[in-house]
Amino acid sequence: MGKTFKTIDDAVIRFAGDSGDGMQLTGGRFTETTASIGNDLSTLPDFPAEIRAPAGSLAGVSAFQIHFSSKDIHTPGDDPDVLVAMNPAALKVHQKEITPGGTIIINTDSFTKKNLNFAGYDSNPLDDGTLDDYFTVIPIEMNKLVTAACEGVELSPKFVIRTKNFFALGVLYYMYDRPLEATEKWLEKKFAGKDVIIEANKKAMYAGYNYADTTELFTTRFKVEKAVLPNGTYRNINGNHATSLGLLAASEKSGLKLFFGGYPITPASDILHTLAAWKHFGVQTFQAEDEIAGICSIIGASFTGNLAVTSTSGPGIALKGEAMGLAVMTELPMVIINVQRGGPSTGLPTKTEQSDLNQALYGRNGEAPLPVIAAATPGDCFYAAYEASRIALKYMTPVVLLTDGYLANGSEPWKIPDVDNLDSIDVEFIKGVKDGEEFMPYKRDEETLSRPWAIPGVPGLEHRVGGLEKAENTGHVSYDPDNHHRMVELRQEKVNRIQNDIAETEVFGEENGDVLILSWGGTFGSCRSAVETLHEHNKSVSHVHIRWISPLPKDLGEIIIKFKNVLVPEINMGQFIKLIRSEYLVDAKGLNQVNGKPISASKIVETVNEMIG
Amino acid sequence: MSDVNTPTYTKKDFESDQSVRWCPGCGDYGILAQTQKTMPTFGRKKEDFVFVSGIGCSSRFPYYMNAYGFHTIHGRAPAVASGVKIANPDLSVWVVTGDGDGLSIGGNHFMHALRRNMDLNILLFNNRIYGLTKGQYSPTSEVGKVTKATPYGSLDIPLNPPSLALGAQATFVARTIDRWQAHLSQMLERSYHHDGGSLIEIYQNCNIFNDNAFEEYTSADKFDNVIEVKHGEPMVFSKGTKGIKLDGFKATVVDMEKHSLDDLLVHDETNLDLAHIIANWTSHPVLPEPIGVIYSVDKPTYNSEMVSQVDSAIKAKGAGKVQDLLNAGDIWTVK
Repeated sequence: MGKTFKTIDDAVIRFAGDSGDGMQLTGGRFTETTASIGNDLSTLPDFPAEIRAPAGSLAGVSAFQIHFSSKDIHTPGDDPDVLVAMNPAALKVHQKEITPGGTIIINTDSFTKKNLNFAGYDSNPLDDGTLDDYFTVIPIEMNKLVTAACEGVELSPKFVIRTKNFFALGVLYYMYDRPLEATEKWLEKKFAGKDVIIEANKKAMYAGYNYADTTELFTTRFKVEKAVLPNGTYRNINGNHATSLGLLAASEKSGLKLFFGGYPITPASDILHTLAAWKHFGVQTFQAEDEIAGICSIIGASFTGNLAVTSTSGPGIALKGEAMGLAVMTELPMVIINVQRGGPSTGLPTKTEQSDLNQALYGRNGEAPLPVIAAATPGDCFYAAYEASRIALKYMTPVVLLTDGYLANGSEPWKIPDVDNLDSIDVEFIKGVKDGEEFMPYKRDEETLSRPWAIPGVPGLEHRVGGLEKAENTGHVSYDPDNHHRMVELRQEKVNRIQNDIAETEVFGEENGDVLILSWGGTFGSCRSAVETLHEHNKSVSHVHIRWISPLPKDLGEIIIKFKNVLVPEINMGQFIKLIRSEYLVDAKGLNQVNGKPISASKIVETVNEMIG
Repeated sequence: MSDVNTPTYTKKDFESDQSVRWCPGCGDYGILAQTQKTMPTFGRKKEDFVFVSGIGCSSRFPYYMNAYGFHTIHGRAPAVASGVKIANPDLSVWVVTGDGDGLSIGGNHFMHALRRNMDLNILLFNNRIYGLTKGQYSPTSEVGKVTKATPYGSLDIPLNPPSLALGAQATFVARTIDRWQAHLSQMLERSYHHDGGSLIEIYQNCNIFNDNAFEEYTSADKFDNVIEVKHGEPMVFSKGTKGIKLDGFKATVVDMEKHSLDDLLVHDETNLDLAHIIANWTSHPVLPEPIGVIYSVDKPTYNSEMVSQVDSAIKAKGAGKVQDLLNAGDIWTVK
């Protein structure tokens, strides 16, 4: 056939269909195959909160986007080059985001009158020419083709048609020249014992691949070469899995048993699921009766000497607030993870947002400072969880770890760390006091201001802790006014001293210039990509990404002052920027978008260009 | 059996150096004293005891016990205590709570801790009033209770803690009274030796905001109004002059001059149906108030099952190494 190969640097494709069409699974397989052939990649799953919204409805559209490249990339891409639309609703929802001139692959068998009406189309967009002006449309009768391909397979027609996602996958494998073997192996493992299912899906996938090869509809195939990544062993990883691994690594390195207490909530539940399977690491997971019991159980486990962790999302943190105050007051180490989602209230459970920063910093009664760290990428969740644990244990303090829905479910190739090379975590329980001496549960370490960790079962250290204000050193209940002021200061000072443990701030780009892009959390990728693009156009722009938000790094003020403009992109209405403005009295500008999606790199580029012309 | 390592303590060893700050005459004093007196009889090391409480008058209890203690937040003591117990199942963990703390704001945790059969000893100080907030009605106050919050009388129907605990699948349910000191001590001992979640409801007088709430059970004619249920023994009270007979599911009081012990209901603390019946005698217009061990059965505890899950996972898969887990699955090498 007269197909030409075109080598491109990168591609963005999006699979979209009904919740029941298996789009997340299809995207996942494409991702694994793409990872294994050595492209750099970044993914963005986007699914509805309902398990099964009405079939064919706009609300029920589920999508999976992958950006893959022969270069080092940081985001799941802005607008897709290729959209696979399995039904009219998927087309309706995603059509406006396709790159002009892009390709739309359509399962025409689902473009029935009923489905078109359901998606709100007055006429069939395949017939009325509205798409052809802007896109290359590739209509495929997928239902018919998989039915033909699976002839002779002993499977009911209903189940045969369900293999159409593997047909679409086969088409994309052909277009981007990917091998099919890994997916075949996966099918064999996943459906072991169900030979008919394996056979049908394989047939559908090959049918898609061969169809694309044979038909004239596909004139060009694309090659995306291996990315040049630093040497090492890699795997693909998503944020929630990386977070779980980071906690487990901290448990092993500290020698402490990992105790997890939590309550199921989207998009954090996978941390509970993942840790629950690691019983052979001594991990104990406790699915509590509610969010409050979740954190209270870890307060108890921390008091008893475990590495104690809870994870939740915004509404859960709201419920945990009072107990977080107790953790601050009793100065017990623990990690409290907030996988942020759209709010307020129940909000957008499956969409991403960065709107819980204020809640993390200030969401408790009284002066209740605690350290807050935010992960930058899916893979970075590992290091952020590890670092949160290390600091919690060293400073005897609860630590909030912020990730978000995008990081939690998004994935990227990740260089596997060597556990031996991770920072050491040295924990020492106090073993006793000298004869005649009184144990002082609130006597602080001079350097870190941490108090001793005295766990039940040790003779001579029997003591009481609680939510009432403590007298300095003795830890007895105290209502003394001067003592209270002193303790408020000490608790803040303890958090401030973590600055001594924070790595120096890294400036990407020149150390001074027109614009500094200042970001935190999951917007790292978009900001870094934007700055790389701006550098290609010789713009004087630098990027600083903040990891510890409480305390902020010591050197940030000196860095900020060297730039004419500071831009703070955030998926909220400007929570970090308020902190920056009040802390450094700088006239920073915000780029705020709260639509449940990551901020695109192009939007940041556009904003910078507007700022400096 | 004597053990050379068994410490010999006295009441004094369990007294902390903090001055006790309940109102003079409060029922809590008696409970504290009896607990401190009973603890040494267990022959367990002092450092293995942990007292966890919520918020309220009774929840100050841990400060006065020379053991490990945690005064947590309102209603959450069972949740904190569960974390303590799972983290170290070798500890003897006690929860001290009240009717407001344990049954109102903390009702959810109370119910679930019992349901899981977490090996906690829950002491529920029931004074049928909010004391620390100065006298509002509680979830165990009688209907029509006049307080500052209910000047026209309360509308709520009170909870019956033993019934609630039985409904929550508790494996040990007992009741006692602050002034019945010997009985209180027995109940503490039974609870301590019960492997599993246990509830002791302790009727406790608040002499400031709800004085004499339990007068019928503590005054001179108390034996006419209280029945001490004992496993395997017929239900007699009023110094042997009255008994309880069961007609179908209906309990009736009978005169022992006209009946023999053979006619009476015999307590079986392992019988759940019977336990529900006895629990329903609470605040009954005719039947005496039951105290004693209403229900006690052995079932696997959450904490021991957790230990065996971890042990069997390690046995089946070998102790995990994080590096192996990191390197598992689809990996590739860039050279």
